[in-house]
Parts: sequence; C-alpha cells; structure tokens
Amino acid sequence: MFNSIVMVKQVPDTANITGKVMKDDGTVNRSMLPAIFNHEDKEALELALQVKERYGGTVSVITMGPPRASEMLKECLYMGADKAYLISDRKFAGSDTLATSYVLSEAIKHIGEFDFVFAGRQAIDGDTAQVGPQTAEKLKLSQVTYAEDIQQIENNSVRIKRKIDGGHEIVEAKLPLLITVVKGANEPRPFNAKFLMIYKNAKTLLDLEKIANENSLLVLEDLVNEYKEKNLYITTLTTEDLPSIDLTRIGLHGSPTKVHKVESVVLSGGEAVNIPPTKEGISELIDTLLNDHILG
Amino acid sequence: MENKTREVWVFIEQRNGKPADVSLELLSKGRKLADTLNGVLKSVVLGHNVKNIAEETSKYGADSVLLIDHPELEKYRPLPYSRMMNKLVNEHKPRIVLFGATVIGRGLAPRVASNTVSGLTADCTDLQISDVTYLKKEYQELLLQIRPAFGGNIIATIITPDNPVQMATVREGVMELHELDAPNPVKIEEIPYIPDTTDDLVKIIEQYREESKVNLKGSPIIVAGGYGLGSKDNFKLIHDLAETIGGEVAGSRAAVDAGFVSPDRQIGQTGVTVRPKLIFSIGISGAIQHRAGMQDSNKIIAINPDPEAPIFEIAHYGIVGNAEDVIPNFIELFKHKLK
Ligand SMILES: Cc1cc2nc3c(=O)[nH]c(=O)nc-3n(C[C@H](O)[C@H](O)[C@H](O)COP(=O)(O)OP(=O)(O)OC[C@H]3O[C@@H](n4cnc5c(N)ncnc54)[C@H](O)[C@@H]3O)c2cc1C
Repeated sequence: MFNSIVMVKQVPDTANITGKVMKDDGTVNRSMLPAIFNHEDKEALELALQVKERYGGTVSVITMGPPRASEMLKECLYMGADKAYLISDRKFAGSDTLATSYVLSEAIKHIGEFDFVFAGRQAIDGDTAQVGPQTAEKLKLSQVTYAEDIQQIENNSVRIKRKIDGGHEIVEAKLPLLITVVKGANEPRPFNAKFLMIYKNAKTLLDLEKIANENSLLVLEDLVNEYKEKNLYITTLTTEDLPSIDLTRIGLHGSPTKVHKVESVVLSGGEAVNIPPTKEGISELIDTLLNDHILG
Repeated sequence: MENKTREVWVFIEQRNGKPADVSLELLSKGRKLADTLNGVLKSVVLGHNVKNIAEETSKYGADSVLLIDHPELEKYRPLPYSRMMNKLVNEHKPRIVLFGATVIGRGLAPRVASNTVSGLTADCTDLQISDVTYLKKEYQELLLQIRPAFGGNIIATIITPDNPVQMATVREGVMELHELDAPNPVKIEEIPYIPDTTDDLVKIIEQYREESKVNLKGSPIIVAGGYGLGSKDNFKLIHDLAETIGGEVAGSRAAVDAGFVSPDRQIGQTGVTVRPKLIFSIGISGAIQHRAGMQDSNKIIAINPDPEAPIFEIAHYGIVGNAEDVIPNFIELFKHKLK
C-alpha cells in the first residue's frame, strides 16, 4: 500500500497562441488562452494510478492555481484520483518557481503522510523543470527526475527507468521519494464513466460559497460538511489553512526572480531576398548558392 | 542583500571522466561576466579521479577550481551532489552560479536554488551584467537573465535583485566556446567530501547510452521542417531535400510534438542550437523559441505560403509558396544542375 500525492498544473495552451492573445503593450492576455491539463502532469497522475492498482493505496492530487484550476482537478477525479486539493489564494499570485515550491511543500506537509510525490517533469508555459526538484529539496526528499517507468517496488525500494542525456538509467530509490515524469512515459487513461457521473458534482469551497450566497436558506458550513460526507468536496486551502506558512516567502514579494523587462522582439526585418516560387526563381537561387559555395 | 563577492561559478558536469560541452561553453561566457565584474571565475568540479578535468577548465577561462574528488561522486546522484553544492554555495555565497540545462543540471540547480534561497532562471539565451533600476531602487551589476517567454514574441529579462546568489541554466550550444591561447595556471582547492546516510537513497543499477547518430550541431547544412508540412508522410519531402543536398534533417517543436520528426532533432530554445552554413526552414512560422536556436545561421532560406510569417524577417532568401510545390522543383533543378 502506497500513498501518492501528485502535483498538477493547469497551463495556458501555448501551442494555440495566436496573434490576438497579445495585448498592445506586448503582454499576454492569459484569460484569452484556453487552459489545459499540463500533459506531463497527466502522465505523472497515470503513473501514480498504476502504482495504486498494482500495490494498493491512495492517490491525491494537488494544484496551486486560480479557482478555475478545479476543472482540471475534476478531470483527475474522473481518471481515478481519490482526493483533490486546490491551493488557492490571491497572496500566491506572482510566485516564481521557488515561491511555488515553498507553497506546495507546505501544502504537502499539511496533507500528511505519503510515500510518493509525483509531478510532471515541467509545465509547458515555462518549461523550467524546477518546481519538482525545488519541492523535493524543501521536503528533504530524494528525487528521480525524467522517470519513464516504475519497474517494481520491493522492500521500500523503487526500481525506476529514467532518461539521462544520451541514454537511459535504471535506479533504485528508497521511499519516500519525489518523482518527475517525462513526456512519453505512458498514455494517460481516459475518464472512467462511473467516476465522471459521481465527480461532476464535486465542488470547491468557492463553488459552495456561490451556492450559499445565491440561496439564503443554505449555510456554507453545512454545505461543506454535506459535500465532505458525500466525498464530493475539493479541499480548498488558503494561507489561513496553512498557518505555518511564512507570508514573506510567497507571491511576487517572496520570489527571488523578478521580471525586469519584457520586450516585443524587433526583428531585423525585410532583408530577405524574395525568390518567386517558380522554376525560374528556384533555378536562380540554386545558381547563387552554388556560386557562393554554400551548396555543391 | 548586496553580495560583495565577485565570484562567478560554473558547475562542471562530467560523464565518464569527460566534461560536458555545455560546461565549457559556460566557462567561456562566465569568463566574460567575471571580467565585467572585475571578478574571478571558478569552476566547480565534482567526481572521482577528475583532477584532469579540473585542470582543463583553465583552458576555457577558469581562474581557480573548487574540486571535490571522491568515489561516491563518480556518477551523478541527486543527493550527494546537491548536498555538497548546497554547502559550497551557502559557505561562499558566490554572486553567480551557472549550470548546463541538461538532465543533470535541471535536477541539481533547482535543489541548490531551493536550499540556498537563490533566484534561478531556466534556459537563458543570453546573460549580461548591468546596473538596474527596479521599483525605484538602484542595483549595481546585476545578472540579466534573458530568455524568450510565454509563447509569443516576447523576450523577458529576469533579475534577482534582493537575494545574494543569482543562478541560471543555459542549454548546450547557446554560448560560444572560446579556448584561450595562453591560459593562466589554475589554482585547485580540494574540498573534502563528507559522507552522509542520505547518499545511498538513490543507487544507479545500470546505465546505457544510446549514442544518437544525429549531429545537428556539427552539420554544415540543415533542412528543418515544421508543422506546416501537415503530416509525417509529407515530411518525407524534408528528408528527400536533405538527402539531395547532403544535409541533416531537423524540425520545430510543433513538428516534433506532432510526431513528424524525433525529439533529438528539435531546433530551438528547448532543443538544439545550430549555426550551420545553410539552413532551410520549411513550414516553420518562426516563433521566437524556434528562432533562438537557429537565427545565427550563416544563410537562412525560408519556404512558407504565409508572407507574414516571422521566419521571413530573419531569412536571407524567402520563397512564398507551399512545400509540396517548391521542394520537388528544387530537388529536380538541383539534380539537373549537378549533372
Ligand atoms: C517554453 C517554450 C519553449 C519552446 N521551445 C521551442 C523550441 O525549442 N523549438 C521550437 O521550434 N519551438 C519551441 N516552442 C514552440 C514555439 O513557440 C512554436 O509553437 C513552434 O516553434 C511552432 O512550430 P511551427 O513553426 O512548426 O508550427 P506553426 O507555428 O504552426 O507554423 C506552421 C507554419 O507552416 C506554414 N505552412 C502551412 N502550410 C504550409 C505548406 N503547405 N508548406 C509550407 N509551409 C506551410 C504556415 O504558414 C505556418 O507559418 C516553445 C514554446 C514554449 C512555450
């Protein structure tokens, strides 16, 4: 029996950025971008679910993000996760990877006992691959990054196949352990129809607040208890639920790295020799390349 | 938190007793940064029987070496390495620490940044030293960590104004390698290795290398295809052209993600950086992350039906047209001319 916590992130779909998403001042209008489940995190969840199937235990998912990230948490429940945590607070806004890993590590300590922490190798909006190892360091855990497969678990030791530069490596690591999972490790399972029917009604604290506000007969506390009992509550943690958190270490203020400048790229522009897409045009281009000894 | 030291450190990654190219490239860059700061460049070498590597780093500009040589460090493992690096950085508080953005560097650097509460920026495409005014405060000689950001055509300059140690990772091939003609004799400071019970939490059972036959970096001619090729089948056009003119095949990330071409052939900020004599960019829009990996090529030929595609702005020759039309014509005419 192993308990896993999977760190997941909802990311803007950077592959679908169009010109219109850029504001006139050159910044990105995030609200215009479709938000998707970061794929490597989904593969991390799949690996955790496989561990649960083979050895028993539980899988919890945790994300730090805005309220709308609960959409992704529900997807995790549809795939088979047992419990979901939304770590959300305006005070977290502007966190860099270090501040984010601090919040996540505090939340993981709050959630409690675990054998594995899983994460995707990196998120597509920044590609830094930093949050996993930074969280491991804060939790004083050892780590295996770029994992592709868990081959076996025996006597508190996990045998893992991982990618390294120019090849692969098999390592044996003692639990507890943080693992980051690399693209292509597995094919995440589709939603389970039964789970979908159940968990489509799952609610975060904010959802319930809204319901309570719209109906004066309902009391928020009772609603939360009701949803908890039905196992349909997406636990929402704010800084108030994490009393040990040091507020100077979170958000923009708690982030060592700051964005000093953002510039639209000014390209040198217009110097290309325009070659017509005709046989004559291409023929002339080839002559030039041959004459200049660039080809041939 | 002002940092008075003028030390620039480069973590030297080694595999099987050989330093990684990216570490030597970073020394060349680190030398320039140290000169601007009127400071010193130190290489940090961890491994077993690696004194020769420590000495070699002077050829690329290191003034001195921090060397930890011990059998436990023969192969990289996260805990002994990060533990020793944490200790060194906490004790010396160097102003700048650079790591290669390799699998090892991307596992190690974040742990060290996390432990030492340092700023860390991934995959920088340029590093400079400059005075900075940030939120009305003046900061002297900060490290500008420059990288393309967030999908679009933006370049972000990241700084670490208030923490003593500024860290960055850089991909292989991004910085240029300079071997010094007359390197100074290097001073090696040997630091004892202190074992710890956590060292064996991760054990390496087996390693196998699948030496990639792909050598994009060393190839004078590259034919790169993008998502605009539309299908893996159509991507054969790229292979045909490469074969005809004797080039290597490469791709954009969108082409890699779509399965048209293998990941080790991806050009760009998160792929390989190339500077060939000639590169064809076909069906590639020219996003900044892509351009970061090829814009210093000697000659760029872009083929794309969209005359507004940004790739044309860095191209030397632009052909507004479809790959399916242009490539077969190019191949046929080229073969004819060589006869
Ligand atoms: C953090 C981060 C890191 C990234 N790193 C990289 C990286 O290292 N490398 C990289 O490449 N990208 C990288 N990207 C992705 C990058 O932003 C672009 O999404 C990607 O380069 C687009 O690839 P593309 O040009 O092939 O596809 P698209 O942008 O979809 O462009 C396709 C082009 O094909 C043209 N076309 C259409 N039909 C045809 C035809 N019949 N014949 C010829 N042309 C045609 C279209 O006009 C268009 O210009 C990164 C993104 C992020 C967020």
